[in-house]
Formats: sequence, structure tokens, C-alpha cells
Amino acid sequence: MGGFFAAVIIAGTPLLFATIGELLTQKAGNMNLGVEGLMMMGAVCGFIAGFKTGNAGLALLGAIAAGAVGSLIYAFLTITLRANQQVTGLTLTMFGVGFAKFAGTNVMGSVLPASVKAFFTKIEIPLLSKIPYIGEIFFSQDVFVYFGYIIVLLAYLYLNKTKNGLNLRAVGENAPAADASGISVNLYKYIHVIIGGALCGLGGAYLSLVTIPVWQENVVAGRGWIAVALVIFASWKPGKAMVGAFVFGGLSILGFRLQSMGIQVSQYLIDMLPYVATVIIVIISTRKNRKEDMPPGWLTLPYFREDR
Amino acid sequence: MKFITISRRDDIPRNRIVLIRILAILLSIAFAGIVIMALGYNPLAVFRQMIKGALGGKIRLQQTALKAVPLIITTMGIIVAFKMKFWNIGGEGQIMMGAMAASFVALNYSHLPKTLLLILMALASIVAGGLWAFIPAIFKAKLGTNETIFTLMLNYIAIKFVTFLQYGPWKDPTSQGYPKVPDFTAKAILPNVFGVHIGWIIAIILVIVTYIFINHTKKGYEVTVVGESVDTARYAGINIQSVIIVTMLISGGMCGLTGMIQASAIEKTLTASLSANYGFSAITTAWLSRLNAVAAFFVCICFAILLQGGASLQITMNIPAAVADMIQGIILFFVLGSEFFLQYKVGFRKRLAKEEA
Repeated sequence: MGGFFAAVIIAGTPLLFATIGELLTQKAGNMNLGVEGLMMMGAVCGFIAGFKTGNAGLALLGAIAAGAVGSLIYAFLTITLRANQQVTGLTLTMFGVGFAKFAGTNVMGSVLPASVKAFFTKIEIPLLSKIPYIGEIFFSQDVFVYFGYIIVLLAYLYLNKTKNGLNLRAVGENAPAADASGISVNLYKYIHVIIGGALCGLGGAYLSLVTIPVWQENVVAGRGWIAVALVIFASWKPGKAMVGAFVFGGLSILGFRLQSMGIQVSQYLIDMLPYVATVIIVIISTRKNRKEDMPPGWLTLPYFREDR
Repeated sequence: MKFITISRRDDIPRNRIVLIRILAILLSIAFAGIVIMALGYNPLAVFRQMIKGALGGKIRLQQTALKAVPLIITTMGIIVAFKMKFWNIGGEGQIMMGAMAASFVALNYSHLPKTLLLILMALASIVAGGLWAFIPAIFKAKLGTNETIFTLMLNYIAIKFVTFLQYGPWKDPTSQGYPKVPDFTAKAILPNVFGVHIGWIIAIILVIVTYIFINHTKKGYEVTVVGESVDTARYAGINIQSVIIVTMLISGGMCGLTGMIQASAIEKTLTASLSANYGFSAITTAWLSRLNAVAAFFVCICFAILLQGGASLQITMNIPAAVADMIQGIILFFVLGSEFFLQYKVGFRKRLAKEEA
């Protein structure tokens, strides 16, 4: 059973990065529906960088750069040029998916060099990995997974314990008030949209570098949309986002597990569960009365000082 | 920012609007060329092949028309929803559900006469697509639930469900284990008119109907009012909930009909990939045409040329058809950006100071 849960962590890690990325973006008041495209861009650029250089660090850097550049396009259009956030995000997905498939033509079916794969082999953390069950599940993973834990912790501390994090929440909650109190609204939006995009790129790269280190066209396969939904599921909290990412990651491999145990369930029906769960969460969240579970007040609303 | 001033434009000459639009599209094509070059291909050769692949010869023109039909009908569905500012990005799912319902009729009632069978298939697809859009509509109307994520999730649920049918209960027992739904009988396949299936006539009719509905009917006017301002609509005594629900039934119904046409005339069976991103492309075309049904007709034809051109690259230059998606994305980026210059005047402080002096 421990083996299954260890696999759940691996299935949930790409979701975790993308969800935290989208969470930071939304905290700045921008809903970026381009996550799917950003993950694809990260996946392909990370893979090509790793494939050409054989260096895992450069592979990760390639993924970060792809996510950052992709989200910079989105940021420029929605923040500076005040374009509609939903349509711009969808366009980014269309662009990103097309770009990734196009850019990946020449490496289709190629396998990553051993030097990159070696970097992502399992590392048992001393002491922690010896804890029964928990050690096997959480602390016998690759560095990428550990980096994911750190990102969650950093996001939590940043949003709740730092002045910048508080300013960020003010920007997303009420942009005019934040502006009036001297916070540079556009700067905060740019920085967090770009960091968010870089994290989405890393999420995509996990799929092409670690999960299956061979380039295939449909590597992200809708996970970006699940990440957008997970942000709502997590009511904009990093801790809950981590739980959600692993739960949804688990659902994505549950069918095959059940089949191997002799229980006949169609994986295609189980594949529907994350989406059905998200719909239910979206419905429930509209009925939620608890103030701390609500979306940022200024989400998707553009803010222009000149228009006041 | 200090040297740049931005102010709202109130009036903008019509030829200026056209100029800015054309400039945006030219820039986007130039930029797409740069990206194609950066990825190691000759952009001129790629563009030439795309145009040749879409317009060179009768068969290719027919292929382009076959891509324009579903795009036009889906775009009409999306326009109706977007007029109300209901962000229906569930076109994909509505197409799938329409195709599924039509296939159910085609597979189970094939003993009926051809015309009756086709009409029943069309009706089933409209109802199924409409109901799939009705679900988020009723939650939006009653509870105010966000429709963006809702409709999006319904896409995946529909696609997974059709995949389940394809691999499970509806699998063709005679296909020797290969997971596919049985082919339709000849009676369930739409007839051709001038070499292209009859869907093109349906598409033209729907463009006219949509245009009249939005611009010349009371219900259509109510849709626009609800989209502009819910408060105004309420003040004017419009039943907002009923407008939302009826509009989404129409929107989803048209997307559903697209599904029937694709299943019947193109795939000749039900497949999980039949929606082929038309639901998403329609968002682009609806936006580019500024929700004008007639303009959308021409935008869709341009996009069909792009899609067919992209598909031809796969065969002739071994470049994935996804390049068309990328170019679509780039064009829309530039058009979205150009909107800003239609709404705002950008000036430089230096020049303004000179004018004052």
C-alpha cells in the first residue's frame, strides 16, 4: 500500500507546482487560464534543454524560463494593455499547446540522457525516511518532490508572515485601496504572475523530465485545468492546495490500481472524478459564507488608476 | 511610465479602427514567422504551403469548407452566450454530448427512413448540447456560480464519458478488440450538396438566424441588456434567470448540432476526439469578430483556411498541425493587445507640453 501512496505523490507533484503558481497569480487578482499552455511550454523547453545539454539544472532553468516568458505575455496583455483576463488566458493555452507540439517535433520519442535522469533518482532522506509508512511515502522521493514541499512552505510563510505577502493579498483583495496605501499594484501583479507562470512551467517539466522522461505530444493532458480548479478547491491556501494536489493525483492513478487488484472499474470513469469533484467544489464555494474561504475580491477585475 | 500619458478615447474614426486591426494582424503574422524561424523552419515556405494546402485545388477547398462548417456553427453558439457575458468555454463538451445523443439515435433507430432519422439525430443533438449548457446556466441563474470553470470542467467530463462509451458499453463487437464505436449506416450520414455535406447550408442559415435574433428580436435585445448590465436589465423588468437559461439552451443547442454534423458527415461514427478543439477555436473567432454574426462568418472562413493549411503541413513538411493553434494564439495576442489602442490614447508628455506652450 505504501508503494501506491508513494506513486500518488509522484502523480500529484506536477499539479502541486501548477496549483501554487496559479494560486500566487490569483492572489494578485489575475485569473490565468493559461496554466495548461504554460505547463506544456515548461515541459517542452525543459525537455529540450535537458536533452541537448544533458544538464538537469539547465533543464529546470529552461522550464522556468518558458513559464516566465509565457506568463509575461499574459501579464503584459492583461496588466499593461488591460485585455480581458479569461480570453487572454485561453489564448495563452492555445499558443502554449501549439508551441510545445511544434517545438517538440524534432525530439519526438527521444529519451533523456542518463545524466539528467540520474539527477532525479530517488533520494532517501536520513532519519525521516526511516519513519514507518510516512518515510516511505514522503521522504523516499526525488529532489523535485522535495522542492515541491519547500515551495508550499515558502508560499505559506510568504502569504501569511511577510509584509510583501500581505501587500500582495491587498492587491488581489482591493486594488484601489492597495494603490491608495502606496503599494505598486502593477509591479506586484507582474512579479507574481511571472513567478506563478514559472512554477507552472516547472510543473509541466516534472511530467517530461521525471514521470516519463521521453518526449510525447500530449504530456500535460488537461492537468493544467485541474490545477486551476484546485486553486478553488484549496480556497486559495497553499496547505490545502498540497492536500488537493495529492488527492487529485491519487484519483488519476486509482483506476489502474483497482484493476490490478481485480476490481473492474473503468479508468475513464475514474478520470471523470477530479472534474466532477471540481464542479461540486465550485458550486459549494458560491454558497460558502466563511470570509476566509472566499476568492480574492478583485479577482479578474482590471484596475486602472486613470479610470477612477 | 512617467513620460507616457494614457487617456480614454471617446470617439475614434472608423478608418482608424480598421487600420489598427489590420496592423495588428500583419504584426502577428510577422511575429509568427519569427517564431517559426526560431524553431528552425523557413517561414515563407511554411506560409506558402499553408495557403496552397488550404486553397490549391478543388479537393483542398472542400477540405477547408469541411472545417469551416463546424467552426461557424459553434461560433454562433458562443456568440449568443458571450453577448450575455456568459463565458461559455464549454463548447467542446456541448459538441461531444450532441454527437453522443445523435450517435445513440443513429445506432439504435437505423430502421427509420433516412430523412426522419437525420432529423431525429439533429433534434437529439440540439437537446443534449442544450442540456449540457443548461447545467451551468441554472447554477449561474440561481446561485451565481462561476460559469468559466464549470463549463470547462463539463468539457472534460463529456470527453471522458464518450471515451468510456467508446472503450466500454458502445464498443463495436465486430472490431476485433479495437476500441471504436460501430460505424453509422448510410442512412445516418448527411447528404452532399455541391460536393460538401449539407452542413454548409445549415451554417449559412444559422448565421442569418443568429444575426436576426441578436439584432432584431426582443429576446435578443434582452440578452444584450443582461450582458451589459444586470441591474439595468432588472430595472427594465427583464426576467434575468429565464434569459440566462434560454440563451444557454440556444448556445449549447448550436454546439450540440455541430457534434451531430461531425459525427454523421465527417467521422461517420462517435469518437472521443471528434470535437477537435472547435469549441476553443470558436472562442477566438467569436472574439475576433466582436460578437457580430456576419463578421464571424468571414473570420471563421479565414480560420478554416488556417486550420486546413496547418493540417496540410503535417503531410507535406512533417510539421505538426498544432502550428495552426500556435499561429491562432499569436494572432489573438496581437488583436487583444490592439484593443487597448482603440480604447485609449497614448501620448508622450514632451509633446503635450509643447502643444500647451
